[in-house]
Amino acid sequence: MNIVVVGLSHKTAPVEVRERLTFPTDRIGEALYNLKSYPGIDESAILSTCNRVEICAVVKNTGDGFKRINEFLISREPSLDHSGLVPHLYFYNSKDAIRHIFRVASSLDSLVVGEPQILGQFKDAFESAQIHKTTGIVLNKILKKAIFVAKRVRTETRISESAVSVSFAAVELARKIFGNLDGKVIMLVGAGEMAELAARHLIGSGVKDVMITTRNFERAVELAAEFKGRPVRFDEYPKGMVEADIIICSTGAPTYIIKSDDVREVIHKRKNRPIFLIDISVPRNIEPKVNDIDNVYLYNIDDLQMVVNANIKEREREAGQAEEIISEEVETTSRWLKSLEVVPTIVALKNKAEEIRRSELEKSLSRLGRLTETERQTIEILTSSIINKLLHAPLVSLKHEASSENGSTYIEAARRLFNLDKDIPRHNHKKWGEEEMLKGDEGQIIKDGEKV
Amino acid sequence: MNSLFFNITLLFYLGGTLLFLSYLASKKGNLPRYSLWVTGMGFIFHSITLVTRWGEAGHIPLTNMHEAISFFSWALILVFLLLEYRYRIFILGSFILPLAFIFLVSAAILPNNIKSLDPILQSKWLYIHTILSLLGIVAFAMAFVTGFLYLIQERILKSKKFNTLYFRLPSLDLLDDLNQKSISIGFPLLTLGIITGAFWAEYAWGSYWSWDPKQVFSFITWLFYLTVLHGRLTVGWRAKRAAYLAIIGFMGVIFTFVVMNFIIKGPHTFV
Repeated sequence: MNIVVVGLSHKTAPVEVRERLTFPTDRIGEALYNLKSYPGIDESAILSTCNRVEICAVVKNTGDGFKRINEFLISREPSLDHSGLVPHLYFYNSKDAIRHIFRVASSLDSLVVGEPQILGQFKDAFESAQIHKTTGIVLNKILKKAIFVAKRVRTETRISESAVSVSFAAVELARKIFGNLDGKVIMLVGAGEMAELAARHLIGSGVKDVMITTRNFERAVELAAEFKGRPVRFDEYPKGMVEADIIICSTGAPTYIIKSDDVREVIHKRKNRPIFLIDISVPRNIEPKVNDIDNVYLYNIDDLQMVVNANIKEREREAGQAEEIISEEVETTSRWLKSLEVVPTIVALKNKAEEIRRSELEKSLSRLGRLTETERQTIEILTSSIINKLLHAPLVSLKHEASSENGSTYIEAARRLFNLDKDIPRHNHKKWGEEEMLKGDEGQIIKDGEKV
Repeated sequence: MNSLFFNITLLFYLGGTLLFLSYLASKKGNLPRYSLWVTGMGFIFHSITLVTRWGEAGHIPLTNMHEAISFFSWALILVFLLLEYRYRIFILGSFILPLAFIFLVSAAILPNNIKSLDPILQSKWLYIHTILSLLGIVAFAMAFVTGFLYLIQERILKSKKFNTLYFRLPSLDLLDDLNQKSISIGFPLLTLGIITGAFWAEYAWGSYWSWDPKQVFSFITWLFYLTVLHGRLTVGWRAKRAAYLAIIGFMGVIFTFVVMNFIIKGPHTFV
């Protein structure tokens, strides 16, 4: 048994390939059933977004599992033959697979590191796999853990904190200047799409009072109704500037409409309370010299983009810390996965011994003829204790070694020595060779190789 | 025993200083936790130092420069820890800790022998006067540091060169607010410090005010902060200007508090 991930993402495949493999939401169930019908695939889940397709599965044998999933993907899009698809795919197993799943859920593998949507999509994928009952004990545990890890990353690092879009960058800057935005006043001078978006984000962050002025007063009234704000006549907006803490300017005017001297006067009337001016218009509408006035912060569209760039860098720095959290969690999860494997082995070993004991006991008892209850019980106890004494040492070392590096070797040895996997051809050398080649970093895929 | 605790304190503050300074440059997010822990330990030992010294001397240990500076950095760290608890501005530590450490080192250099108290000093006014004045200086130190941080963040926002400091510094508004609060607390403390000092002078020398150099400079400092507060409330000396004024003011305070004691030998030299 092993966990594998086969997938492709924006890092490995161009959109031409990704779009052909995407699973529409309403057909995920069908795809899951289809995948489950492949031999050797015990559990599965499919995550499909515009940036990635990931097949997570628990398979009996890693090499075969990879092959089956590969076949499954090609069967969905036959026009992409083996050579067209495989170069874009990545194959992970064991620890690497767990790490990959955790990184995807935590948005470390995303196009914009730290973007929050992926976790929602991840949860949806998990849910639909649960609804279609294609997950079991292993995937349930690992996918749940991935959601937990993603939340941990989000609260313990600042990976999702800084704004990575221009309109959110405006909000973030406003916060760096004003702190809390409750009770702050914003004014829209002209209204382009981006200005409206920035205004909406600011309102979402606590701004309550919005003034709107456009050349066409009716448009201002309209927008004011939409934002629950106040329309201001265009020739009166300089008065409004004294009140406004944040001014977003985006008119189609070809010249500077807010000049340095105007702002100097405004800031004086405001008794030096800071003003944050955002000039989204191109050509610019606010004289650049305005930024030289004390307590005035002027940002144009390029400046906002610089904030975004700095934020992306900051997120990447934070990602380093997130990787540490993930490594920690991968360790505990893969330990759990390993311990899982030893339990069925121990149970099988005990059952087998008990079975032998019972059948041998029955034979002997029938040969011995009449016995007293005490004699019978003595023989029972004798056989049980022989078996228990004999099995004690192997069971203890199995349990003990399960989480060690050679755990899988011990389990494999126990299964073979006691012939626990019945009905399985013993010496399939061809399969051995293949598995050696496909062996992952962990090298633990061979143990169930003979079961298929 | 007392000097052992003092030295342990010094070591912890050194550790806190180094940790907080590396926080400025480091990419690790969990550094401040350790830095705060080390600072907290230092503060505990510092408190023990003060209490044991009190026990040894038999009077409040505020009678020479060594003790005054030690008390000052103790109060500075106390206020810093309270602010951290309330606002979580870790970067404040990168400035407060070095300040507290430097002060404590200069306290270590100064003679720290416990001397028997001059009878003219034996008055409750002395302790009230000294404690109020020192707490006032702590408040002005906070105004200085927050003003300084304000100017850094202001520069970043103006120049649009966003570095790690940009992410670590709080908002301009919060820094300006802390600056104002510090001065609003420091000013009445200084006022009361000067008044109680006058009472004590009357007790000791029979005159409330004798225009000795330290009194003169305290008075000038007091006038300066009065102007700063007044300007803020009436003509809007806030934000950048307030930050500059807080820095200038603190320079004056340090001059009065420290430099004056070495330059001018008068009845005021011990504190």
